[in-house]
Amino acid sequence: MSFLQLNAISHVYLTKSAAKEAISDLSFSISEGEFVSLLGPSGCGKSTLLSIISGLLRPTEGSVSLQNEIIQSPGERMGYMLQQDYLFPWKTIEENCYIGLKLLNKLTPERKEDTLALLESMGLSDVRDAYPDQLSGGMRQRVALVRTLATNPDLLLLDEPFSALDYQTKLKLEDLVFKTLKAHQKTAILVTHDIGEAIAMSDRIILLSPRPGKIAKIFQVPSQLQTLLPFEARNDSTFSANFQSIWKELDSLEQSPT
Amino acid sequence: MNNLLLEKQHEQYVKKLKREKKEIVTWQIFILFAFLSLWELAGRYTWVDPLLFSYPTKIASLFLTKLQDGSLVLHTTVTLLETIAGFILGTLLGTLFAAILWWSRKASRISDPYLVVLNSMPKVALGPIIIVALGPGYVSIITMGASISIIITTLVIFHSFHTVEPNYIKVIRSFGGNKKQIFREVILPASFPAIISTLKVNVGLSWVGVIVGEFLVSKQGLGYMIIYGFQVFNFTLVLLSLLMIAIFSSIMYLGVEWLERKLIKH
Repeated sequence: MSFLQLNAISHVYLTKSAAKEAISDLSFSISEGEFVSLLGPSGCGKSTLLSIISGLLRPTEGSVSLQNEIIQSPGERMGYMLQQDYLFPWKTIEENCYIGLKLLNKLTPERKEDTLALLESMGLSDVRDAYPDQLSGGMRQRVALVRTLATNPDLLLLDEPFSALDYQTKLKLEDLVFKTLKAHQKTAILVTHDIGEAIAMSDRIILLSPRPGKIAKIFQVPSQLQTLLPFEARNDSTFSANFQSIWKELDSLEQSPT
Repeated sequence: MNNLLLEKQHEQYVKKLKREKKEIVTWQIFILFAFLSLWELAGRYTWVDPLLFSYPTKIASLFLTKLQDGSLVLHTTVTLLETIAGFILGTLLGTLFAAILWWSRKASRISDPYLVVLNSMPKVALGPIIIVALGPGYVSIITMGASISIIITTLVIFHSFHTVEPNYIKVIRSFGGNKKQIFREVILPASFPAIISTLKVNVGLSWVGVIVGEFLVSKQGLGYMIIYGFQVFNFTLVLLSLLMIAIFSSIMYLGVEWLERKLIKH
């Protein structure tokens, strides 16, 4: 049985001028511990899809089920990481990390300790009493990762979490997220428009075509690349061949008449 | 560059900052002193009509007289308490209304035209009605102090609630947070800067409401002192009242600034 199952998801956005189909009849499944990337040009509904999976948005048609339970609303089982950290500037780093537990009414001393241990493992224990504006972009996104993991979610939803960072920080953070997720055996879905990032991080890449969003092609990342750290994967000899084939596919999607 | 040189440069920089600060304060004191001296001379040598403009030493001696017979303390206390009450009431109710409007999008859309009308109406014009309805006492005066700031507070704070970065709300929602939690964890703390800036505006507004209220009720307070001074043509008394208002409204403003430093660190 699959861990996450999307059944014939369609989503329509209603505006005053028109009804627009953002996603059309989309189905796929993900098994436990898998890292899947959703890749596609803008307008393919990948962020909408992520919101639907998280339960933040109800699909117009179809359903999402996590371990056979249909998702109605967001909650403890999902961890959502946004494009930017969106740490609360009026809270300290420590308080920011506790926010999920606080909202779920699970801020026990043990959970606090676990969160602090996680913060320490990311090399952030020195700044626990600092405020977000005192930290660099990379550090802030690391705090956001701790905040997301603190509630111990079963499924992580990463909405282009590296896109606002500079290249070097992005590469370092990719490795860190990869290692952390593997160590905690988390299942994850990454939304990205960066082909390299998708290959380096994931086990499987779902390529979406735009207007309305549907699956164009699914790429299985070769097993030798799957096990490598993202930075090493980028340097592997097979990386560029994979990159080329996805590039061609993506290019043809963008050029096809809509 | 070696450390010694850096230290020296820093020292010079700090010195320069201090010197600039000193210069500014010196100018400020000089202007005050020059103004008071000129006023004193102008009054004594009747360059201006002393009946109308009085002069500082005359005001000072009246200050001492009124301080000794206790009436100044009484009138100032009454006005100050009324202003503080009106100020707090106006701000709290305005914030509460803003919260209700934020909670119900429908309520905010329905009330929109009414708020626009109420905001553009001069609230002190309601004074006579308020005084007849609530009686000629401190309740009416506090109501006037509050009513003058309540609508603008509602509008400004609601706007701030409404424009909080939606992704902060998304963070809370992604953890399954409900509307109450969104308000408490995000909307309210994110709007503290806006609330503080309305407090600063409301300090001034509440004084206007209360002084006008005291004009109309004419029983007690600095507003009464002004009206009385005007009626008996004692403009020294009027100026003394104005001086007290200037001092205490500035103190209130400094109080709000202190609160700002306490509340908003980041």
